[in-house]
Amino acid sequence: MDLQDKKERKPALSDKILMSVEKPARYIGGEVNAVMKDPSQVEIRFAMCFPDVYEIGMSHLGIQILYDMFNRRSDVYCERVYSPWPDLHRILKEEQIPLFALESQDPIQVFDFLGITIQYEMCYTNILQILDLSGIPLLAKDRGMEHPFVIGGGPCAYNPEPLADFFDLFYIGEGETSYDELFCLYKAWKKSGMDRKEFLRKAARVPGIYVPSFYEAVYHEDGTIADFHPTEDGIPARIEKQVAMDLTDAPYPSKPLVPFIQVTQDRVVLEIQRGCIRGCRFCQAGMIYRPTREKDVEVLKRQAYELLKNTGYEEISLNSLSSSDYSRLKELVTYLIEECGERRVNISLPSLRIDEFSLDVMSKVQDIKKSSLTFAPEAGSQRLRDVINKGLTREVILEGAGKAFEGGWQKVKLYFMLGLPTETVEDQEAIAELANEIAARYYDIPKERRSGRCQITISTSFFVPKPFTPFQWAKMYPKEHYLECAKTVNEAVKNQLNKKSIRYNWHEADVTVLEGILARGDRRLGKAILRAYEKGCLFDAWSDFYDHSKWMEAFLETGIHPDFYTVRERSLEEILPWDFIDAGVTKAFLKREYHKALEGKVTLNCRMQCNSCGAGKYQGGVCVENQN
Amino acid sequence: MKIRIKFRKYGVMKFIGHLDTMRYFQKCIRRAGIDIAYSEGFSPHQIMSFAAPLGVGITSDGEYLDIEVNSTKSSAEELQSLNAVMAEGVEVVSYRSLKDTEKKAMSIVAAADYELRIRDGYEPPKVDYEAAFREFFDGPKEVFITKKTKKSEKTIDLKKLVYGFRIFMEQDRPVFYLKVCTGSTDNLKPETVLEAFYAFLGEKLDPFCIQIHRIDVYGMQDGALVSLGEMGERIE
Repeated sequence: MDLQDKKERKPALSDKILMSVEKPARYIGGEVNAVMKDPSQVEIRFAMCFPDVYEIGMSHLGIQILYDMFNRRSDVYCERVYSPWPDLHRILKEEQIPLFALESQDPIQVFDFLGITIQYEMCYTNILQILDLSGIPLLAKDRGMEHPFVIGGGPCAYNPEPLADFFDLFYIGEGETSYDELFCLYKAWKKSGMDRKEFLRKAARVPGIYVPSFYEAVYHEDGTIADFHPTEDGIPARIEKQVAMDLTDAPYPSKPLVPFIQVTQDRVVLEIQRGCIRGCRFCQAGMIYRPTREKDVEVLKRQAYELLKNTGYEEISLNSLSSSDYSRLKELVTYLIEECGERRVNISLPSLRIDEFSLDVMSKVQDIKKSSLTFAPEAGSQRLRDVINKGLTREVILEGAGKAFEGGWQKVKLYFMLGLPTETVEDQEAIAELANEIAARYYDIPKERRSGRCQITISTSFFVPKPFTPFQWAKMYPKEHYLECAKTVNEAVKNQLNKKSIRYNWHEADVTVLEGILARGDRRLGKAILRAYEKGCLFDAWSDFYDHSKWMEAFLETGIHPDFYTVRERSLEEILPWDFIDAGVTKAFLKREYHKALEGKVTLNCRMQCNSCGAGKYQGGVCVENQN
Repeated sequence: MKIRIKFRKYGVMKFIGHLDTMRYFQKCIRRAGIDIAYSEGFSPHQIMSFAAPLGVGITSDGEYLDIEVNSTKSSAEELQSLNAVMAEGVEVVSYRSLKDTEKKAMSIVAAADYELRIRDGYEPPKVDYEAAFREFFDGPKEVFITKKTKKSEKTIDLKKLVYGFRIFMEQDRPVFYLKVCTGSTDNLKPETVLEAFYAFLGEKLDPFCIQIHRIDVYGMQDGALVSLGEMGERIE
């Protein structure tokens, strides 16, 4: 097609607005590999939303997968929308311009679906912003025939209850499996002329789909849940999480979007496996993505080649949890180094165990002087690492660091959590001691073979218990306790011999408390989230914007006691708000793991021993390895 | 081998700034499979330089970048592969080889010309443009204006830095043509000239009321301004 013949897209925003906001490229669409369709030629228009700023949203792999998968259908047009930055938010409000999708620049209001991926709790007010600016009633019950169906997905959908008021539907699990069925129902419903509720009623029967308005929670006097059940016959009492069992042949975008401006993850992302065999007890991803499923290495090689060619990126990142556990990693990385070397492409390997192989790879693809090694021991003492089932030992860390130092590295980053179950002052101090030992290992190298000082950076975050983990019953602590923990570590660092080589960073504790409330909340929290948004809370994940006092006011005014959700220890018999979801791992397994944690007993990884977590029922991935 | 690429930037691409445009082209070159040369060292980068940065919001028919390649196909073939991987809003219009002795575009840029139009919805000053032009620019021997930079104020003579200035009417609205000194020293923005003209008319120029369009960029060759696109040769 001749370029001149193409009709120029008209932006939804005037030049004046685009010139007066920060980074107008966030709102114009038209990126390389953006899908352009004629909206009048499709039956379903789907607006896919990541409720955070463009640069974050564009870095998310899940959306790229679904965007590609939906747009392969000729009857669906999937477009994107991200949270307008506060500067544009103000203008859209003042000038009453409806929020629009990037591709067609059409208002979200005219779409059939608004799909929102919910990746972290701190984006909940941004979800309300999207609805508000789109002119969609914030409460699902107030929506009519002219409004899109709002559907949520992603990891936070494993406890959808705090958001139950705002969504028409949730999709629980991996998007690859049930959307075709949902779209099919939708098309039939659209032709039928029946009301909104009728579509939801049908959708509620689709595997993985949860329609909160068909369920009711009853509470005990103490505030805990007495019962949770469907309000109509034919609505399933339990929602099965969806799993794509054949990842090798599952749809994967070969032409991902390439943004004009730099985004957080500005590189090709190749997913090599889903799930994790390790079973760290704090980690939700390690539980809900079970069973671990690998992609075929030959397919990955082909995809890597195509992705680089179709994007023009000069960097490729291998994406998975604990990528060292991918069984053909060596073969894949060797291929990439050979293939990419010629194309001058960098390879980034997050979540890699530090050993001889990974150090060798890193020395080939990175500048040793500039790069740093990352360890995530998560807890300072071996006792506490056993509690959380983090397999990493002191010996392994020191050996890895030693090898790296001998190889020329000087920078080490260490990640820990504070506020873990059973944690004591000794465990906290052990963080500083471990850092000191690593530094000491560096200074063991004769002076003439090292250059200057090493740099050990400790970062701690505060632990937030998440649904579907063995720690889902664990209590949290008041804000003051978290800050006390950080102070203990800081003091301990100052007492170390190598304190000049150690730096310590920690986070604010306010946001931890809020994350804790929302993560394990129930549907009564909806009114507090709404109130917080009305008070102006937005971009809560951004420390510059987070306003703790407004949130606390919102809880107070809506009769919510934050402590009920955070510092209270839950009984193992309690009905938890997310119990109606079948996430694969059984409650019995989680209880076993919780007990073992409190006893400081480790659980072997899935390849060494099956621990009967429940994910075996999917009959695939690591659960059936070596069984043929 | 040195190659000069000329491209147009239009539509929403005008909102993509200079650095992002550079990154955009690095990826385009890879997607198009151009056999570009890389610098030596631990982190090799494509040998590529842009002639004159274009401000955000400005469209252009004459943007240039120079690259170095190990091998090349014909101009027609490379143009086709490049345009096959462009986003809407960028079109590559020429691909020519330069002599090895030829200087980089960015080092010889001397002038650029522009068209400035009043946007729809804004009213231009109601004056006799012909007379005003004669009085403001054409008549006087010197036209001094004060140019404010971040650090200082500088008095400059527009007669020395404006190489071409015309005002013509289209549907009763003025269109300003300006050819101005461009480059690292004595760089003059076209809107600075228009601002001075408005001030002369006793008006204040609202920066949002004009759409600036760059027509072409020129280098100095043997004492004359030559379009960067006329240098070098088509590869057959």
